[in-house]
Amino acid sequence: MLKRRLIPKLQMKALPSSPFAKMVLVTTIQFRESIVVGDPVSQAKIYEAQAADELIFLDLDAGKYQRKTMTNVVEDAAEQIFMPFTVGGGVKTIEDFHCLLSSGADKVSINTAAVENPKLITEASEIYGSQCVVLSIDYRDNGRNGSVWIRDGKIKTDLDPVQWARQGEELGAGEILLTSIDRDGMRSGLDIETIRRVADSVSIPVIASGGCGLAEHFVEGFQEGRADGVSAGTYFCFKDENPMQTRSQIRNAGIPIRLHK
Amino acid sequence: MIAIIDYGMGNILSVKNAVSMAGKEARILHTPEGLEDAERIVLPGVGAFPDCMKNLRLKGFIKALEEAVFQRKTPILGICLGMQVMAERSFECGEHSGMGWFEADVVRLNPENSSLRVPQIGWNDVTYRNDSPLFAGLPDRPDFYFVHSYSLKCRDERDVDATCDYGGVVTAALHKENIFATQFHPEKSQDYGLKVLENFLRWRP
Repeated sequence: MLKRRLIPKLQMKALPSSPFAKMVLVTTIQFRESIVVGDPVSQAKIYEAQAADELIFLDLDAGKYQRKTMTNVVEDAAEQIFMPFTVGGGVKTIEDFHCLLSSGADKVSINTAAVENPKLITEASEIYGSQCVVLSIDYRDNGRNGSVWIRDGKIKTDLDPVQWARQGEELGAGEILLTSIDRDGMRSGLDIETIRRVADSVSIPVIASGGCGLAEHFVEGFQEGRADGVSAGTYFCFKDENPMQTRSQIRNAGIPIRLHK
Repeated sequence: MIAIIDYGMGNILSVKNAVSMAGKEARILHTPEGLEDAERIVLPGVGAFPDCMKNLRLKGFIKALEEAVFQRKTPILGICLGMQVMAERSFECGEHSGMGWFEADVVRLNPENSSLRVPQIGWNDVTYRNDSPLFAGLPDRPDFYFVHSYSLKCRDERDVDATCDYGGVVTAALHKENIFATQFHPEKSQDYGLKVLENFLRWRP
């Protein structure tokens, strides 16, 4: 039986130090505040040892520094961890896809560029296969009137997250990464209603994100939200609890999940 | 030397890193040159079947691979699409011929349970034959990482070494003489996946 996925999210910012910028791991609250919490590749290795199912690397500073800063992290990760990972942040062109995939990423997520140039979804999926193309959707205003925000949560669009997810699937996306900006870093639970509406309206896998603070929140995301995967950054950064215990709690709730790597 | 076939598709680097992890020197081949020196071959693959066959043909890999596999009996491991191109034909984007090493067709996943999504993405447990060299030393029903929309249907059951359940039986691994193949990604399946790769690299006829 296919297992549900627990996906730690590693968000990065560039720490400008001469002569080269270096990526550091950060955690965020509602996309605004960010706190430095460590080194991305070391943390990725820890997550692998804890049987994480997949990882997501997001470059929050994309565009401010050369892409090379990020591809270095991707190359290091690919050498040291043997599990699937998605890379995103500032991806605009087919060349960006090529660069990240050939550095060792398995999937590439696109967000702002997909809204501004939806053809990119189709082009990338035709070249690399739809399984490589993750449509990342950030939205605010939970409930029926939600809208999609781009540019790291700074610009509102007219798109409805559910309709945009459906359109993304038609354009060729292979997976949806759905993030509630309002719940980011709040640890008060996922936005189950929107997750469920998206999961019920597309036939590709949906990864829900934003708000996990307890093992129960993951269970709700899987059971009530019908998410295929749940991703969390803050939860894994600050929890003293062993993620293995989180996995056991999810399994005890009757959800199929991997316990060993 | 372990030859990794690069025909311009897929995450070749991860396969190379995983082979190196198993202690073997891996070389990425962009053309058939050097294939005759390979002690083993890995044929990875991500993307669509027609492009994959087209690229293999254009780069002259098909003839070179068949010489290695059938004349020199070099062991080969196909991964994901690298397994599917070993079938006779595929119905991905029309009907296309494969290399025809297994009596098999590649058809779209069509899970009986409509709540199951296509592509299958994620970890699924595999049931394997106890005498399969690929799974030696693994526990019962180990989980592996799958990403695919199409699956291979073998007409000869004897070639199927492992299956998984995704709204029906899905071929997870094949083995016939010196030819091995997995639908899942051993290079992305953490410890169990590395063990499968190591078993392939150590296999002796």
